[in-house]
Amino acid sequence: MELIRPGTHFDFIGKKKFTVWVSAFAIFLSLGSIFLHGGLRYGVDFAGGVLIQIRFSQTVDISDIRNALETMGSKDAMVQKFGGENEFLIRVEKGGEDLEKMSKAIQDSLQERFKGKDLEIRRVEVVGPKVGKDLKTKALWAVCLSFVAILVFVAWRFKQISFGLGGIAALVHDIIITYGAISIADLEYSLPLMAVILTIIGFSINDTIVIFDRVRENIKKMRKENLETVFNTSINETLGRTILTSGTVMMVVLILFFFGGPVIHDFALTLIVGLISGTYSTIYVASPVVLFWDKQFTRKKKR
Amino acid sequence: MLRNLKWRLIIYAGTTVFAVLLFLPTITPELPAWFYKIIPTEKVHLGLDLQGGMHLILEVEAEKAVESYVERVKNNLRDDLRDKGIPVGKLEREKSNQIVLEVSGDKGKWEKILSQRYAVMQELSSTPLDKGIWRVALVLDSRQADQVRKSAIDQALETIRNRIDQFGVAEPEITLQGTDRILIQLPGIKDPQRAIDLIGRTALLEFKLVDEEGNLDEALKGNLPESSIILYQRFVDPKTGGVKRTPFLLKEKTLMTGEVLKDARVAIETQFNEPYVALEFDDIGAKLFEQITGANVKRRLAIILDDNVYSAPVIQERIAGGRAQITGRFDMKEAGDLAIVLRAGALPAPVKIIEQRSVGPSLGQDSIRKGIISTLISAALIACFMVFYYRASGVVADIALILNIVFVMGTLAIFRATLTLPGIAGLVLSIGMAVDANILIHERIKEELRWGKTVRAAIDEGYRRAFITILDSNLTTLIAALFLYQFGTGPVRGFAVTLCIGLLANIFTAVYVTRWIFDFLTLKVNVKRLSI
Repeated sequence: MELIRPGTHFDFIGKKKFTVWVSAFAIFLSLGSIFLHGGLRYGVDFAGGVLIQIRFSQTVDISDIRNALETMGSKDAMVQKFGGENEFLIRVEKGGEDLEKMSKAIQDSLQERFKGKDLEIRRVEVVGPKVGKDLKTKALWAVCLSFVAILVFVAWRFKQISFGLGGIAALVHDIIITYGAISIADLEYSLPLMAVILTIIGFSINDTIVIFDRVRENIKKMRKENLETVFNTSINETLGRTILTSGTVMMVVLILFFFGGPVIHDFALTLIVGLISGTYSTIYVASPVVLFWDKQFTRKKKR
Repeated sequence: MLRNLKWRLIIYAGTTVFAVLLFLPTITPELPAWFYKIIPTEKVHLGLDLQGGMHLILEVEAEKAVESYVERVKNNLRDDLRDKGIPVGKLEREKSNQIVLEVSGDKGKWEKILSQRYAVMQELSSTPLDKGIWRVALVLDSRQADQVRKSAIDQALETIRNRIDQFGVAEPEITLQGTDRILIQLPGIKDPQRAIDLIGRTALLEFKLVDEEGNLDEALKGNLPESSIILYQRFVDPKTGGVKRTPFLLKEKTLMTGEVLKDARVAIETQFNEPYVALEFDDIGAKLFEQITGANVKRRLAIILDDNVYSAPVIQERIAGGRAQITGRFDMKEAGDLAIVLRAGALPAPVKIIEQRSVGPSLGQDSIRKGIISTLISAALIACFMVFYYRASGVVADIALILNIVFVMGTLAIFRATLTLPGIAGLVLSIGMAVDANILIHERIKEELRWGKTVRAAIDEGYRRAFITILDSNLTTLIAALFLYQFGTGPVRGFAVTLCIGLLANIFTAVYVTRWIFDFLTLKVNVKRLSI
């Protein structure tokens, strides 16, 4: 079976003047949304606070829980329905001292109030503000250093700094777009979403390397052609693979999105955006950056 | 080439069998005893987010240990100076590590005491005030302070280990994280709040005399007599839940602490059938207790735990034999936990809980179930798709994918790695890249066939070329993952570990094992047309 007939020749790179604006607009939209929201909406994992997930065996109205929390004097607590029937999330997003005591007080007063309703405390998370901040800065550092490593490794393997730069540019693009999507959809940025960002980084760089690899091969074969044609040919030659791989992964993620339940939902949504961005950025961010760099610096030197 | 084929089969089949054996204990607990003798293996551990349990990070407030160290030095210093007949006025601790005192009299004499007996305290300044009074500021030697901090953390770790051991949790993990944090993982724990109370309690037991000359009412208004303090007895009404606090005026000096305890057990008082904690002192403690009670007959001795007065009975007579008891309207559970913390010893400094995550067993099971179901559905879909698109060659790819998962699980088991939610994300990415590797190889072989190569040549060339692509993309990701592992913490590391293992397994299965199958089919079975 063949998805893409041999000899297809779409002019991908020729559209780059148009797609530059698409990318710029998407980045503008993402950064704009993050800026307007005053940064990402950090969950308990990063901002610190208390999160309690409870479930009752019988029907309980959400306002009863709100009432119970208000009477005990916990004004900052937010309650929302979560997942299945009679399951709720209580959240206090406050980075203060004595969160532990607050968590205990909330649990005790709920146990007291809903005595006959089989209250089950399914999950408790208490994160001090310092811990969340530590996690944030350490993760950021780890990602930045891994980018440097990618830059060096790719530049070495492809014998040109431009390929490393192109790969990193695509990664930065994908991260911004994904964070933008998180911000626009007003999702809470928590640990699972951080795992998604890491996954997208892996997927995106993999996609970029596969096409760069073909370019590296074709440069030797097509000595007389200019680099733009080489890129176009390479992207076309690997188009079948790109569609198959991205399609398969997308299929899995779509299943997660529709059938995975509430916890997976945010996770899958972010992944969908990241996957699209990761595939797009290989063709329209990584490749143009290599071409641009080549035009500006490398060729001039040769002449 | 044919002999080569045989050897490769032996190596690949051998590693596969080994991986399966490593993974087997994770799937089923019912394995014959001889199995464990041959394969010294572990299960793949599930993280607390999947399995249920509690994860705690405590911060040891080591500065408080320095504070109480300096406090002790201060008390000794006062006694020493008084013994030597040196008039001492103000004597106070400042900040956590300084003592400021005002002394008069023979300057040589007190200087000698300070420099000889209190060498750990370095003189910051000494200024003459009027009437021959000197004001001296001392600071704890910084190396000594570091030592105090370090030993406080070590001791806290040890004490918490003891407490958890006695509490009885299967496979607890208690480790030091960074310099002053303690990471505690308690899988499968049912009552997290109780465990927190048990672990987080300082449990400093002190015996102090009640200050009976001083006026409690005056003291409450702020006129505290020198070297006296106010502490409270808390009484929780079991019916209303209201808290009543009764103040006590106590002598500041601690006569005895829980350090001299030999044992603490729950006992039942016969009259009202109420549980209490019976204390037994060691030899030194017994002598000390006899001395204290002997010298203070008819006075009240307060028993204080973590700055809460539990009781303040009147000493009727000298008590020999080294026994005492703590009463205070406990229920059995409270009394039992109190006995545990007293037996395990006090924490040298208070600890602060800076992170707590507990997942109930039912939620953990839910996550596992949902995770397994969605993984199975996705895996089945990918497998079907590969066969649909690549026909017989798709089956080869499917074999590679299944082997990939087996190898990853086997490796996770042998490294005793823990599988968490971010870890599963790493696994999913590596499986995605395994699918990609198979697609890359197949597409490349198809391309070569299209250019008119024979089946054998297409396979050789396809693998040769695709190998470079797969190696470069997997290595790049692997390097990124190694950096994430090196510089990241907890969840980032969990992601990186499974990703690394997955990528290595991927190169092995997608490139080498499938190659063998293709070689076998074309060389041995003599397949002339490739179904791809």
